[in-house]
Amino acid sequence: MKEKLVLIGNGMAGIRAIEELLKINPDLYDITVFGAEPYGNYNRILLSPVLAGEKTIEDIILNDDQWYVDNDITLHKGKTIVSIDRKNRNVVCDDGTSTHYDRLLIATGSNPFMIPIPGNDLEGVISFRDIHDVDLMIDAAKKFKHAVVIGGGLLGLEAANGLMQQGISVTVVHLLDTLMERQLDTDAAELLRASLEERGLHFLMGKQTESITGEDRVKSIRFKDGTELYTDLVVMAVGIRPNIELAKNSGIHCEQGVVVNDTLQTFDPRIYAVGECIQHRGMTYGLVAPLFEMAKVVANHLAKMGYGRYEGSVTSTKLKVTGIDLFSAGDFNGDETTENIVMKDASTGVYKKLVIKDNRLHGAVLYGDTVDGAWYFRLMREETDISDIRSHLLFGESHLGDAGHGGQNAAATMSDDMQVCDCNGVCKGDIVKAITTKGLFTVDDVKLHTKAAASCGSCTGLVEQILASTVGDYEAPEHAPMCKCTDHPHDDVRKAIRDQKLTSVESVMKFMDWRTPDGCASCRPALNYYVISSWPADSKDDYQSRFINERVHANIQKDGTYSVVPRMFGGVTTPDELRAIADVADKYNIPDIKVTGGQRIDMFGVKKEQLPAVWKDLNEAGMVSGHAYGKALRTVKTCVGSKWCRFGVQDSTQMGIDMEKMTWGSWTPHKYKIAVSGCPRNCAEATIKDFGVVGVESGWELHVGGNGGIKVRVTDLLCRVETEEEVKEYGAAFMQLYREEARYLERTAPWIERVGLSYVKEKMVEDADNRAALYQRFLESQKYAQIDPWAERASEGVDQHEFTPIKKLG
Amino acid sequence: MQAEVKFSKGEAQWLEIGSVEDIPKLGARVVTTPDGDIAVFRAADDAIFALRDKCPHKGGPLSQGIVHGHKVTCPMHNWNIDLETGEAVAPDEGCAGHFKTNVENGKIFIAI
Ligand code: SRM
Ligand SMILES: Cc1cc2nc3c(=O)[nH]c(=O)nc-3n(C[C@H](O)[C@H](O)[C@H](O)COP(=O)(O)OP(=O)(O)OC[C@H]3O[C@@H](n4cnc5c(N)ncnc54)[C@H](O)[C@@H]3O)c2cc1C
Ligand code: SF4
Ligand code: FES
Repeated sequence: MKEKLVLIGNGMAGIRAIEELLKINPDLYDITVFGAEPYGNYNRILLSPVLAGEKTIEDIILNDDQWYVDNDITLHKGKTIVSIDRKNRNVVCDDGTSTHYDRLLIATGSNPFMIPIPGNDLEGVISFRDIHDVDLMIDAAKKFKHAVVIGGGLLGLEAANGLMQQGISVTVVHLLDTLMERQLDTDAAELLRASLEERGLHFLMGKQTESITGEDRVKSIRFKDGTELYTDLVVMAVGIRPNIELAKNSGIHCEQGVVVNDTLQTFDPRIYAVGECIQHRGMTYGLVAPLFEMAKVVANHLAKMGYGRYEGSVTSTKLKVTGIDLFSAGDFNGDETTENIVMKDASTGVYKKLVIKDNRLHGAVLYGDTVDGAWYFRLMREETDISDIRSHLLFGESHLGDAGHGGQNAAATMSDDMQVCDCNGVCKGDIVKAITTKGLFTVDDVKLHTKAAASCGSCTGLVEQILASTVGDYEAPEHAPMCKCTDHPHDDVRKAIRDQKLTSVESVMKFMDWRTPDGCASCRPALNYYVISSWPADSKDDYQSRFINERVHANIQKDGTYSVVPRMFGGVTTPDELRAIADVADKYNIPDIKVTGGQRIDMFGVKKEQLPAVWKDLNEAGMVSGHAYGKALRTVKTCVGSKWCRFGVQDSTQMGIDMEKMTWGSWTPHKYKIAVSGCPRNCAEATIKDFGVVGVESGWELHVGGNGGIKVRVTDLLCRVETEEEVKEYGAAFMQLYREEARYLERTAPWIERVGLSYVKEKMVEDADNRAALYQRFLESQKYAQIDPWAERASEGVDQHEFTPIKKLG
Repeated sequence: MQAEVKFSKGEAQWLEIGSVEDIPKLGARVVTTPDGDIAVFRAADDAIFALRDKCPHKGGPLSQGIVHGHKVTCPMHNWNIDLETGEAVAPDEGCAGHFKTNVENGKIFIAI
């Protein structure tokens, strides 16, 4: 017999928790859901666009009846639980029936707060919380002329805007002098009020309501200052209170909300709670993103995995009034310990304020131009040291040397047929359609269903924006799990590998309770990298966890043949090497030869079975694998330098060769490129490489974190050094720091943007001991890495099975 | 959608193609035939599967993909293909032809 899980509250948090549970273990429980509302689970945050006539109820249903049937969930719509008999573990419904539970999940959301004043129960006085309220408002707007919304917060303004769209005249009454004081500072609030007034809303600021008058139906509302306003409808949107009555009456410990611990368990160990009804570490939440995080954790415990922890959330807000761009997050007012960067352009209606504390972004308010909201929010969550980008911060992510298309076109202004993802040819319309018809919430979901942002990823920012403008601000923040096989983020996995000395992919999966028996194509290569880079001497490289290119040491081509790139140290070659390449090309009928952008030669169209023989011939001419296929050191590009060039001040060619001799064979989180130029004319383009070296009169300038690919990023200057030995030490130490700390598939450019250049300098420029230690660890790991993979396979028969069919028929 | 699978015309025939040990765990080998390659996979639990070595997306060689559970991820654009049926995992759609397999005394037979 399966255990019985009962959910009280068929809303956003509760059902999300069930969905997360089904993902982990669909068969563990017999699930029963009680919901007081007569609908399936719907997207409550989209009630605002429904009210504004931009969406219909059907558009916002998240789980229709069929979903409950498909997942074997018993749903009781329109039924309210009136008591919990904890002793016998039963919940009692308002129709008198009683249902047994083994585990109970309370997700009763919150109740709108109705100001306790005379007349608040008159007909025509309503709240804004559910479909029923929206129906009432739409109906009233057809019959009457005047409406008052009490409350100038997020909810009140969305209600007011929606009602106005329904054609009724609306006045917003607010207790304070500024709107949305919990999300906006006074400057932004003023701009907001001005543009809402321009659209036709009326405001009465600094007004305290005293009573509501009328016979049966509301007639007017009276204020403390003696004034009165006639109206046919009053919407109270002054706040919400966690809906704890049921829990409290059942003897479960409640304060402002149902009190839960980090596992979302209440004081009764059989009973969990999620959503707006809870109180966690003294906080209650009224936005969706934190609820989704809670849902993940509670599902983890319900599934008896037992390690998820909820540690609170940072939240951000957006006003869903079409045509008004507003974003706010964190502590946006600041105090004496913070510094503010402010930009105000009254003529274009743009206002930005960033609050900085201890070189970290602490809060942000954006009005009129919110394109960078997601980026600021990320900087806040990652607690990135922003001292190096401070002067650009206000201008947004696109000013950090991005010459690509990093998502700075405002998604809202794009037409449906404009292409968002240039790799997979996905238009905005396709994405919006997938989001609305399939109920998608996260960038990952969108990737899966539309393939947008699934290839090079440069349009991820744009997809985030489309998601936000279509479903509201949804993406659950905080460190995302590595993949669907686990709840652990990259950094935690890596830490466990180091702390517990886990030396194989299987041991990591076992120790960290992987959900799938052998992972997936996304986590296995990452785990393998983490294991071999953490324990170079003690781990065994798991070739089945590597992508085909790294497994067979060549690049797979679209027709299934391979390309072969021998290493050409520093881009320097000899007649003998060139002859060997020419001979190989003739001998094996290689159809195409090309000089690469990395200063070496690529042979295309080699059949898999031919690879070992091709390598053998190249090996005999003294060449080794160029790792053109690997998350590894690729090339060291050089220029002519002082040996021949009339401007050269340093021997860049030799320096490049030395660097490549030291670093070849090393595996890195993503590919890694180095270049060395002989003078500041920089013909080797060193300033768009992961590590760039530029010769100057007095020595060498070292640059880090450049990228020439999808999103161009110019390097940051790390420091200047004098000797070749120092170039090598710094070069290896930087590479080692990156190898040890960046997440898999994160190149140096995004890594540096995440951790900050100051952090890197602190670790390896200012701290000479640590630099020396990093250098040593790099050299140590190279002992196990500098083995030519081609030689092993060409003459020693390693991985023979990769290159020969198991059987030939016919 | 994948066109008909050429091999399954007429009566299928059981052919021995090698032993389980010839294929690495979580790996694949290829059987070449005049009608195109067949990919033979070995899962972690030693279950053996055979699919046409052609991804329903753009024909990528599935034998070169990463095997996990009873699925393989195509090396070209990361579609996931179910090894038991050859069907692409939703939301992707399509099917790589699938062959019956049988293992006796460590020898692999496939029905062609
Ligand atoms: C062969 C080559 C093009 C050429 O004919 O010149 C090439 C070919 C490929 N590049 Fe590249 N890139 C080549 C130089 C570059 C350069 C130029 C350079 O290194 O100076 C860049 C920009 C510099 C940079 O990386 O910052 C470059 C940026 C990319 C990117 C974007 C990386 C990024 O971080 O934005 C990708 C996609 C990726 O890695 O995810 C990519 C991916 C690829 C892949 C591996 C695509 C793939 O997954 O199949 C191509 C493999 C073709 C093959 O089978 O050989 N290639 N690629 C060049 C090989 C250089 C070498 O000798 O090893
Ligand atoms: C108009 C509006 C706009 C919003 N906009 C945003 C936004 O833009 N961004 C954002 O992040 N958040 C927004 N929110 C907030 C967001 O909708 C809530 O945070 C979220 O819905 C809370 O989820 P929940 O599951 O805790 O509660 P709910 O979704 O309210 O679900 C609780 C459910 O439990 C039912 N219930 C209660 N008691 C019982 C009982 N005893 N028996 C049976 N059933 C019971 C209720 O009827 C309700 O259906 C908005 C909210 C509203 C109303
Ligand atoms: S070589 Fe690079 S730029 Fe050219 S098609 Fe391939 S991935 Fe694109
Ligand atoms: S060819 Fe297989 S995923 Fe594209």
